[in-house]
Amino acid sequence: MTAKPLLPLDPDLVARARRLAELAGEPVVEMARSHTTVSVERATLRLAGLTGADPEGIPWVNRLVDAVADQTGIEHGVALPVFHALAEGNHPDLERLAHAAAAGGVKFELPTGRAHDSASDLARTAVGGGFDRIDAQRRTRNQMSMFIGDPPQRPWIYLIVATGDIYEDIPQAQSAARAGADIIAVIRSTGQSLLDYVPEGATREGFAGTYATGENFRLMRAALDQTSREVGRYVRLCNYASGLCMPEMAALAGMNRLDMMLNDCMYGILFRDINPIRTFVDQRFSRQIHARAGIIINTGEDNYLTTADAVEAAHTVTVSQLLNEYFAHEAGLPDELLGLGHAFEVNPDLPESFRLELAHALLARQLFPDAPLKWMPPTKHMTGDVFRGNLLDGFFNLAGVMTGQSILLVGMMTEAVVTPWLSDRDIALQNVRYVLGAAGGLAEDFHPPADGFIANRADEVLGEAVDLLERIRDDGLLDAIADGTFGIMKRPADGGRGLEGVAERAEDYFNPAGEVLESDEEAR
Amino acid sequence: MSSIVRPYGDTTGDGMVQLSFTLPVAHDKRAEGAAAQLAAKMGLDNAMVVHSKAIGTRHTFFVVYGAARHLVNLDEVEVVERDYPLLSPKEVNEVVKERLGRKLCVVGACIGTDAHTVGIDAILNIKGVAGEKGLECYRELRVVNLGAQVAVPDLVNRAIDEEADAVLVSQVVTQRDAHLHNTREMAAAFREALPPGRRPLLVVGGPRFDERASAELGVDRVFSRGTTPGDVASYLVHRLVASQKEIPA
Repeated sequence: MTAKPLLPLDPDLVARARRLAELAGEPVVEMARSHTTVSVERATLRLAGLTGADPEGIPWVNRLVDAVADQTGIEHGVALPVFHALAEGNHPDLERLAHAAAAGGVKFELPTGRAHDSASDLARTAVGGGFDRIDAQRRTRNQMSMFIGDPPQRPWIYLIVATGDIYEDIPQAQSAARAGADIIAVIRSTGQSLLDYVPEGATREGFAGTYATGENFRLMRAALDQTSREVGRYVRLCNYASGLCMPEMAALAGMNRLDMMLNDCMYGILFRDINPIRTFVDQRFSRQIHARAGIIINTGEDNYLTTADAVEAAHTVTVSQLLNEYFAHEAGLPDELLGLGHAFEVNPDLPESFRLELAHALLARQLFPDAPLKWMPPTKHMTGDVFRGNLLDGFFNLAGVMTGQSILLVGMMTEAVVTPWLSDRDIALQNVRYVLGAAGGLAEDFHPPADGFIANRADEVLGEAVDLLERIRDDGLLDAIADGTFGIMKRPADGGRGLEGVAERAEDYFNPAGEVLESDEEAR
Repeated sequence: MSSIVRPYGDTTGDGMVQLSFTLPVAHDKRAEGAAAQLAAKMGLDNAMVVHSKAIGTRHTFFVVYGAARHLVNLDEVEVVERDYPLLSPKEVNEVVKERLGRKLCVVGACIGTDAHTVGIDAILNIKGVAGEKGLECYRELRVVNLGAQVAVPDLVNRAIDEEADAVLVSQVVTQRDAHLHNTREMAAAFREALPPGRRPLLVVGGPRFDERASAELGVDRVFSRGTTPGDVASYLVHRLVASQKEIPA
């Protein structure tokens, strides 16, 4: 659904902003195309069907990629050495090859001639199985949303569960869905983004969240399928493709029919201190998989406003949205899968704070009229005063309705106090339902005057965004990140976690999954 | 003024309090009776269940009003009062310049997996908080803000490299007492790395810390909710630069 323009934005300035984002992003895409990472290679093996973990919990994909990396490096891609070793016939399948490789009993080499061709054929067939699973899940989603139905209203209501125990999360998610949630996000265990592997199996212990694993994805999706039929609308499931394992998370999400994934082009760099090159390479591959899987990405612009002032830094949100849009389009994601983020974080003590929020929200709505924008609740100015918090959340909900936001993350009055209680969630949903019921159609009557405060403020933010984009284009995006342009954090390209898992691709780099994903893009 | 007080609703001495909670009981008459019984056991007289609402089929949410039987003796209340004089930024700069003869170095960070820099930024960034500018704005302080998710060994090494006089750590995430674990880990790491005389002053802050816990956590000072940059700067000067009586009160 295309949002109607309400602000008299200068179309040339908007076009210029997009062009600048493209110019800033292009060199980074070039870099992403010419590098690979251990997580890209592991995701490829996951698509080829390798699962499971050793007795210490380290996944076989890690063991196998590490073994290949030691012998041939990852710069040629691991697919050829791995499938060549498999074609030799001493190991019945990938898992048993991984067992042997972990024990040091496999010699990996780059095949040539006929051996090269048969290894690459074998690899293509194997990852084809993973893409078949992803495609089948996409068809199932389409059918379910058609026959069971989508939520009757916009915005869709997005609610978080996070107990640490998947078997506790499931009933909580089901009851949240019955109480009105359209999207369930399972928060990950603190620090999972810094693990350079994806834990395996169903997990019952987490740290302020539940580990994202393939099996947890499968269990939760199956439970929500049941609840979807019961409540008569397809309840979507969201998780996180951020951190050191973006490509693998994307592969697991696609194969287990998650519907949305947090996936920001710079979040890992800025807020998790992950190496910028690692992040951009992983991000591109993960977004290509999301595009294939029909998964809506959610970007993380809200984070900029929790570390900087929401008025002074409003334009950094716009800049990041434009960069996220460019990188997403380049990776093959269409507008309807682009859940660009923004948040209600202006200091409520500031005069006219609500009008500023409306201006910022409307600017995003108008710049990205076809994107399912994700509107995020106040966190920074939530205090222990839960009564004031509930009022603030009400205004947040109202701003979301007035400016036609697409996905509304339900705010909790106990933000900054406790992880949400059962009653907090119920009170928060009551707040949302009241605002939607009382003012659901208000967008129809809301036409801010062309020379008014809101229009002028939106214009001002767009102008500041263009200025900043010009600086980024001149300095280069990596240098801008190193200089602390976003969210105040300074992140140099040669620092951060995970750099050791990056390699420049050799001339003969081969990745059967990459081939499929690139041809998807060319077909578009 | 009596030092014995009770909660105040609209009349002195009425003892009125309001509370809300959920019981894992289906919403019916018995559930309301259970809520009233709980309130009575919590020490509320004439408890009124003013609101009850089903949450799903197996839980009920209540709002209850009642008069607390308990009394508070103000003379028995224990808190950490400010035990150092509050200085203006100008006074802080003057004292440091005069007595220390060099800039006082402060290294700050959010440690562990905590990505919420709002606390450390409020104290350190020029922007500051509540109208007060942060420590970066003090001419005689040299501030190194390492930002979010700094590993404890990195913090220790940086503090040594910078010859830090004080280390400021902010912790906002408190799930499963992460803030307490991280603080103890940090304090232990500094104790291990440096002898007592060379150890920087260790200061930790965050909205859910108990200000009385500094000894138990192994740090020099704990700051809690509502702390401003001026509080921190004054404390640093008090502890590092001059003894109490030498500073203008």
